[in-house]
Amino acid sequence: MLNAMMTTLANRRPSRRGFMLGSAALSGALLVGLRHGAARAQVRAGVAPLTGYIRIGQDNSVTIYSAHMDMGQGIYHGIATLVNEELRADWSQIRVEGGAGNPRLFGNVEWGGAIQGTGGSTGMASSFDRYRQTGAAAREMLVAAAARDWGVKASEISVERGILRHGAKQATFGAMAEKAAAVPAPATVKLREPRDWIYIGKDRETLGKFDSSAKATGKQDFTIDVKLSGLLTAVMIHPPVFGATVKSFDAAKARVMPGVVDVVAIPRGVAVVADGMWHALKAREAVTVVWDDSKAEKRSSADLMASYRATAKKPGLVNAGVTGNVETAMAGAGRVLEATFEFPYLAHAALEPLNAVARILDGRVEVWGGHQMPDIYQAIAAQVAGVTPDRVTMHVMKTGGGFGRRAVADGDIIQEAVAVSRAIGGRPVKVQWDRENDMRGGRYRPAYVHYLKAGLDKDGTIIAWYNHIVGQSIMTGTPFESGYVRNGVDPTSVEGAQKLPYAFANMKVDLTTTTAGVPVLWWRAVGSTHTAYAVEAFIDELAEAAGKDPVQYRLAMMKNAPRHAGVLRLAAEKAGWSQPLPAGRFRGVALAESFNTFVAQIAEVSLVNGQPKVHRVVCAIDCGIAVNPDNIRAQVEGGIGFGLGAVLKSQITLDGGKVVEGNFDGYEVLRMDEMPQVEVHIVASSAAPTGVGEPGVPPIGPAVANAFYQASKRRVRVLPFNRPENA
Amino acid sequence: MIRFTLNGLAQDVNVEGDMPLLWAIRDVIGLTGTKFGCGQALCGACTVWIEGQATRSCQIQMADVAGKSVTTIEGASGRIADAVRKAWISLDVPQCGYCQSGQVMAAIALLNDNRKPSDSDIDAAMSGNICRCATYQRIRGAIHEAARSLA
Repeated sequence: MLNAMMTTLANRRPSRRGFMLGSAALSGALLVGLRHGAARAQVRAGVAPLTGYIRIGQDNSVTIYSAHMDMGQGIYHGIATLVNEELRADWSQIRVEGGAGNPRLFGNVEWGGAIQGTGGSTGMASSFDRYRQTGAAAREMLVAAAARDWGVKASEISVERGILRHGAKQATFGAMAEKAAAVPAPATVKLREPRDWIYIGKDRETLGKFDSSAKATGKQDFTIDVKLSGLLTAVMIHPPVFGATVKSFDAAKARVMPGVVDVVAIPRGVAVVADGMWHALKAREAVTVVWDDSKAEKRSSADLMASYRATAKKPGLVNAGVTGNVETAMAGAGRVLEATFEFPYLAHAALEPLNAVARILDGRVEVWGGHQMPDIYQAIAAQVAGVTPDRVTMHVMKTGGGFGRRAVADGDIIQEAVAVSRAIGGRPVKVQWDRENDMRGGRYRPAYVHYLKAGLDKDGTIIAWYNHIVGQSIMTGTPFESGYVRNGVDPTSVEGAQKLPYAFANMKVDLTTTTAGVPVLWWRAVGSTHTAYAVEAFIDELAEAAGKDPVQYRLAMMKNAPRHAGVLRLAAEKAGWSQPLPAGRFRGVALAESFNTFVAQIAEVSLVNGQPKVHRVVCAIDCGIAVNPDNIRAQVEGGIGFGLGAVLKSQITLDGGKVVEGNFDGYEVLRMDEMPQVEVHIVASSAAPTGVGEPGVPPIGPAVANAFYQASKRRVRVLPFNRPENA
Repeated sequence: MIRFTLNGLAQDVNVEGDMPLLWAIRDVIGLTGTKFGCGQALCGACTVWIEGQATRSCQIQMADVAGKSVTTIEGASGRIADAVRKAWISLDVPQCGYCQSGQVMAAIALLNDNRKPSDSDIDAAMSGNICRCATYQRIRGAIHEAARSLA
């Protein structure tokens, strides 16, 4: 039943207009729906709700409820920028909290509007109109209240830095909040023209991020820091191989250890509950579990990759796109090149290991966590607790990194927290994974093999392009399958390979979706994390075969892709592509579009002990209107570091089904001494804003691989770079 | 009962001697600015100062803390600490922010020993602190900016 319900949620696509009407009905009733009983309590306490997205208190506070969870991508800052562009509160009045519990209000517009969610770099695109409109509506209501109160025309009232003013009369938002709450919300609002913007598009000097201070002083609370009276801590024992289940367990010794409250079996494993993390961890050592692994995945990753390699050379199971006739064109080509690329499983390895806090009291469930999909998690929590979803309140916390790991269709950590709380009589409990739980907990970027083949004519022009992708599907077997997987093609398997900026007369993309018991998931930039590498590294090989400059070679094929060409030209110009480099330095270029954002990067490397040392990365990005330019730069800097660490060093491997890597010694990530100097250049644009959380990631791998080739004459086709195959 | 000094004040805690300092600080005393990332001294999120030295609190047992002076992010104060925090905020270093307590504690300790760190000094001092958001470029910039403001 749950599955059917989630499928419905995931696939319902109300019209954009329908959604806008919903958001324009900015009534107190919606806020009550949003915050459950809390909103009524606030009204009683003298806090006047203005709209469901914004609450202006008589203490002059402006609280914005974000439809998107903030995992570090800066969407709280972005949404505050949008609201305040219209509202014009003083920046110091504003705070942002996670909203949840009202998909009509918080549904992701880019996903159809029916469910709330953060992902696919949609936060800004989904918020751009909605939060400006709500800021404008709140301002109009404040102004209307002041006009009535003062007996003046609304049009004569000015609003600046949280002060309403008419001649000698002035009032703070807080002073006018209660009266404004009685004003009917406007049905339509007029938004400011771009030329009048004072926050959107302005830099750090104007608008410092308001959570930097809390995060630099240890005051920012994450899920791990949730404080509740009587809060217990639980640690998990998960199956040693994916798909195994608990047959029996012996916790006799653990139960009598200091601080231990209980040891309970839940569907996902065994939980050791104690008064704190240390006591739980210590007692966990004393628990023995017998597992039923009869249905478990016991293959090694090396075996999986060997079978993928063999499959990749055969025709694909399904076709994911065809233009012209590849076979005929290939047969007539002067030269045919081929290459096989291998990509490992990757863990998200966010620094805050996965966690959630749950409590069940009088049939009401509360769950604190980094909820990337709060409506789905609410349904899951309700099912696990045995209540209806309306009895479940989701508290959205800021999250210590995410990179996709907290958007899981089966809500793994939510299930665990609620199941453990239920097993101990509803007492409040934090299920806190340790690093090994997190690293070995699955939900990896799937491993893939790409086989590419291209035919060149005598001028080196690509006249035939074939790409066969082999690997697991992220969406198949989840509630997203029926809405997104078409004719056996999971779009997340082929995005970045299916539609290219290059005008190939003959092109074919095949997909073979494999089955393996290793749970997989979206990992920052999803399909483009492998497709962009395969495509852009192969293009570099073809440019060399054609004897052409890699930038000019691409530009010649991008006549119908002006935004791709735009970022490539800008990056080349800023990097001094045509200028010589000092001895021992080498350049490589790559570009990728992901989530409607266009990114080109040029990496400068030297060779150190046979590996690339990346000194500098010049990046150009076109993400439409640059709402928070400094946050865009920050996300691209971080995306480059995140992607670079992965291609150089990161991989999850399985031995007999067991995940080998358990911590940051085995699963290596980028560190300070490996971070290049990154320069980000933003294309000036008046197009609708698109996301920046993910698109910085895809080009860095191939840009470094292409530079590394110039340095070493070695093509890296098996990732990560430090694999023995590349030595 | 183990007695030590925490952020300048005498602190008695009734915990086993093998409890790591990290969990005594977070779960028993309730100061949660210090974060848990790996439990193996591999990530630096739990960095505190013991007798002024940057130390991974997940690998220090309470028995070894007895009689010592411990400083957490909540207690980091003084001219260098102020300069580092100011630079962190002015460059908007944090993204998710989870590692930043450890980064800030490591950066203050670095500047305490070396008022004008070079890039390679920063690499050496800071490479034990993982930032999965890869804010490294701004961390480096903020350390240089703090050093300039202290000069």
